[in-house]
Amino acid sequence: MTATAETKQPGRVARGALEWLRDNLFSPWYNAVITVVLGAVLFVVLRGIFNWVLYGARWEVVLVNLRLFAVGPYPSEALWRVWLAVGIVAALGGLSWGAWGGRNLAPTVVAGVLALIVAVLPLSLNVKGPMLASFVVFIVGHIVSMGRTRLQRPLVWAWLLSFFVVVFLLKGFGEGPPLPSVPTSRWGGLMLTILLAVVAIVASFPLGVLLALGRRSELPVVKLFSIVYIETIRGVPLVTVLWTAAIILPLFLPEGLRIDNLIRAMVGMTLFSAAYLAENVRGGLQGVPRGQYEAAHALGFNYYQTMRYIILPQALRAVIPAIVGQFIGLFKDTTLVAIVGLLELLGIALSVIAQPEFIGLQREVFVFIAAIYWVFTYAMSSASRRLEARLGLGTR
Amino acid sequence: MATVPVAEHARPPFWRDERVLAVIAQIAFLVVVVLVFTYLYNNVQEGLRARGLAGGYDFLRERAGFDIGESLIDYTSNDTYGRAFVAGLLNTLKVSVVGILFATVLGILSGIARLSPNWLLRTIVGAYIEIIRNTPLLVQLFFWYTAVMLKFPRVRQAIQLPGSVYLSNRGVAIPWLVPQEGFSVWVGFVVLGLIVALVAYRYRARYEERTGQSGYPIITALVTWLAFVVIGWFVAPGTPAVLSRPALKGLNFTGGTRMTPEFAALFLGLVVYTGAFIAEIVRGGILAISKGQREAAKALGLSDVQMMRYIILPQALRIIIPPLTSQYLNLTKNSSLAVFIGYPDLFFVAGTILNQTGRSLEVISLVMLAYLTFSLTTSLFMNWYNRRVRLVER
Amino acid sequence: MKKFTLLLLVVSVVFLVACARGATPTTAPTAETGAVTEQPAPTPVPTKQEQPEAGSLLEVVRQRGKLICGANANLPGFGYLDQEGNYAGFDIDFCRALAAAIFDDPNAVEFRPLTAKERFPAVQTGEVDVLIRNTTWTLTRDTSVGLDFGVVTFYDGQGIMVRKEDNITKLEDLQGAAICVTTGTTTELNLADQMRARGIDYTPVVFETADGTFGAYEEGRCDAVTTDKSGLVARKSLLKDPDAHIILEETLSKEPLGPAVLQGDPIWHDVVMWTVFATIQAEEFGITSQNIDDFMDSEDPGIRRFLGLEGELGKNLGLTNDFAYRIIKHMGNYGEIYERNLGPDTPFNLPRGLNDLWTRGGLLYSPPFR
Repeated sequence: MTATAETKQPGRVARGALEWLRDNLFSPWYNAVITVVLGAVLFVVLRGIFNWVLYGARWEVVLVNLRLFAVGPYPSEALWRVWLAVGIVAALGGLSWGAWGGRNLAPTVVAGVLALIVAVLPLSLNVKGPMLASFVVFIVGHIVSMGRTRLQRPLVWAWLLSFFVVVFLLKGFGEGPPLPSVPTSRWGGLMLTILLAVVAIVASFPLGVLLALGRRSELPVVKLFSIVYIETIRGVPLVTVLWTAAIILPLFLPEGLRIDNLIRAMVGMTLFSAAYLAENVRGGLQGVPRGQYEAAHALGFNYYQTMRYIILPQALRAVIPAIVGQFIGLFKDTTLVAIVGLLELLGIALSVIAQPEFIGLQREVFVFIAAIYWVFTYAMSSASRRLEARLGLGTR
Repeated sequence: MATVPVAEHARPPFWRDERVLAVIAQIAFLVVVVLVFTYLYNNVQEGLRARGLAGGYDFLRERAGFDIGESLIDYTSNDTYGRAFVAGLLNTLKVSVVGILFATVLGILSGIARLSPNWLLRTIVGAYIEIIRNTPLLVQLFFWYTAVMLKFPRVRQAIQLPGSVYLSNRGVAIPWLVPQEGFSVWVGFVVLGLIVALVAYRYRARYEERTGQSGYPIITALVTWLAFVVIGWFVAPGTPAVLSRPALKGLNFTGGTRMTPEFAALFLGLVVYTGAFIAEIVRGGILAISKGQREAAKALGLSDVQMMRYIILPQALRIIIPPLTSQYLNLTKNSSLAVFIGYPDLFFVAGTILNQTGRSLEVISLVMLAYLTFSLTTSLFMNWYNRRVRLVER
Repeated sequence: MKKFTLLLLVVSVVFLVACARGATPTTAPTAETGAVTEQPAPTPVPTKQEQPEAGSLLEVVRQRGKLICGANANLPGFGYLDQEGNYAGFDIDFCRALAAAIFDDPNAVEFRPLTAKERFPAVQTGEVDVLIRNTTWTLTRDTSVGLDFGVVTFYDGQGIMVRKEDNITKLEDLQGAAICVTTGTTTELNLADQMRARGIDYTPVVFETADGTFGAYEEGRCDAVTTDKSGLVARKSLLKDPDAHIILEETLSKEPLGPAVLQGDPIWHDVVMWTVFATIQAEEFGITSQNIDDFMDSEDPGIRRFLGLEGELGKNLGLTNDFAYRIIKHMGNYGEIYERNLGPDTPFNLPRGLNDLWTRGGLLYSPPFR
């Protein structure tokens, strides 16, 4: 995405590398100065970073605690449930990639290469095994569904269903052997981070759409309510909303009704996310030309029908990139639930740096989790850009 | 829906009259909302009563009893909760205002550099933006605080920079002015000078616009202001202020002024994070200016800098301002993350008050109100500014 | 689209409700919730009734089948996660003792890790049944914060830890110092009071978590760090070089630590208090988890009453008569709990000091089991 108009110009390779260098690094004299100075600084900085990464850093703090980073204090005898969940998501991922991505073998090849790398890595077998199995499931799913667009509709439902299956799997029920219940206080790590972000975006979707419609409604009471809600939430920091959910929400509930700490954090994030989602959807609604409303009206559609068949399909399609962007923001914002004492990725990182044998290794730990967040958000944002390009949005 | 009547001349029965339905729907909605709120309110009241908790905001006048690390106003543990709250509020304002200024500068520079013809510069800035935007601010804050600020040398081994500036993990200690008796007079002159300088700037700028000749507005304004500062210094009785240098005495630096590592970490984190977002906004704004404008500027013989300054940026500003406003608001709201690294901002102090008094509802409502006020004021100001720079269509 | 949305809404609501796992009604199915919350005006004297009055937390806990205990996860010796991810420590053992008293199962307890700041709202809102998290008993907390204290599990005092190299021996040496402290604690307030009373100028550096506080101290952000002396001892053992630090002799305040419950529930309050007293009384009798079965044929009426062989003491509390037997059998007496977590075999090696029986010059004194 660095390819702005300028960079694409030297398309003719024949002109040679020298000319590219001159054009891009040394053309007027001051650019040459900038290049030399920056190059020197960059060299020193990069050398420092490489030295630290390869020789200075004590990465054992990360290696020893990998399991904590992945799932937190989730009981080890129940880890197979997490792996099963990963497998389900991998299978659906493979199937979806095939169904939407067309006849393109690249994902399978990439997954195969990654699987090979994992196979070579010195990991214990009970980590390596399920990991390889997930890759295999992904590849099989991809090959099976490649190019079969009619799988798209069932897959949407399968994803929705999988969400509940996964949560059920992780939570379990009762004390008995098949799936003993795991208290949410033992959920943690990356698993909890992903879960929080997904729940918040999924649950805030219906609420956000309703609020957006409410804000554009012609009924003053509904409109006022929506505006007050949206602007209040957008005007305060997420931590205050989480705080409210953690401390005030229980006060509002009838005596004796308790809600789990994790659920309260999810409610807080959902309420927060809904206000922002509403504004995104409103943007989409405003983008639908007036003629569409008039046409629907002329056909005798009532409000519900107009929205359901004409307006929302267009508006929502237009705001998919914005929603992906919001999801990325939410993914980063899950770090704030550390304030209500949940052990998501950052919470785990904070407890790891307090381990007596690893005191003073904050850099290693924070760089590591920052890299995890970066991989996820960067992957999502580049996927969103490609999606944007495919939908032909922004080019009209 | 196939059999929609084409037109009904007679009024439809009321249950199909849209106007009536609209009213009914709203009343129903209102009733539901009111019922829900009454229910919740009753729960709260009952819950509070059952726990023997009193309501009300009187506690704000009680003695706070806790100390705050840094404050813009005088505050001791003998002051009230109300004053502690104000101290926190001012700390939030301080980091927000300074942060917004620096984030804007960093953002504009990075945004322009992102479009530089220099490949190296462009790439480095691109890497900065992509790394910062894609990692959580809170992780960055923890990094800045625990992995950067606290890793500076201990206070006894502080790094000394020229001009009595000391760096240590207790923060930065720099020389500072200590007010003497004539200080207020001098400050009066400084402020007056600022006003006069602004007027002078406007005047010269108008002249420039009218005649097309350079009026040197910035230089004029600066000289005017400096003149006032210098004259004020001598006019004021005695010496308005003396310079105090920091020195290691006992356990810590005394004299001068200090920037705590907590503030520094929060400030750096907010500036670097918001700067990356602003850079993308600025880049988008600049790219949106049509190529013809550049070509015209080139044809007029303007240099690159002049083209940016007079042609591109003023136009880009119109596109930039609305998203910029929301970045400013984000920065202010994000400053509440101070609580994680020990900077006593509004949210932090409010948390302490809540904990000492147990008045969760009251404290949270105050905090939310404060942030809402920030947000609304910033929005209003930026809307006003936006109207001012808006293209005047003829 | 709309259909889809609607379905999503319904399903997510169902999901959220289903997940609100703690969502147990306070009262028996017939009683309506609202009525019970109105203060039961005269404190019901628990006579020889089989079950305590509906509406007490005891009944809720019993129906739920496990206790929810607000705990510390970051204080070695008192409440922390061991390497297997299980909770352990002095405070944790009292949670387990309570579970043993109610369910005859010390593992029928779920721990909620709470920060200093979260702990009171957690009790107020009923998120936890009992708070056993090195919490100081003060008048404000016992009244306007809405908690009920009543028994002390650990007599503590606030201390200050400094680096040896700084040559600090008394509080007055801390003139101009930066002092790390955790927010939301009595420590924060005592520090302010003491320093003010002695006219010592200092800068507080305040953190949300104990980890943050001690991490910053270790890095040299502060000259001193303050918390309860027991906490200092525990934390000192975790520092990189424990011998480079000393804890000052001076004690800044009295810090009686004990369990807290929600105000206005005398039945539940009694259960918590007498669970602690049982461990103390057992030590006085010399009853331990090892030898308790030898006492079952004791002739001493006091011991027979205590173990539930005679009388209805347990029933009066709303528990079973052998509740003390259950506690001691599973968790041991006070001395055993202390030795296990803080005694000579632990890294802390904390002398009993005030936390010894009154017969040995300490402050532990259980009211009679009669």
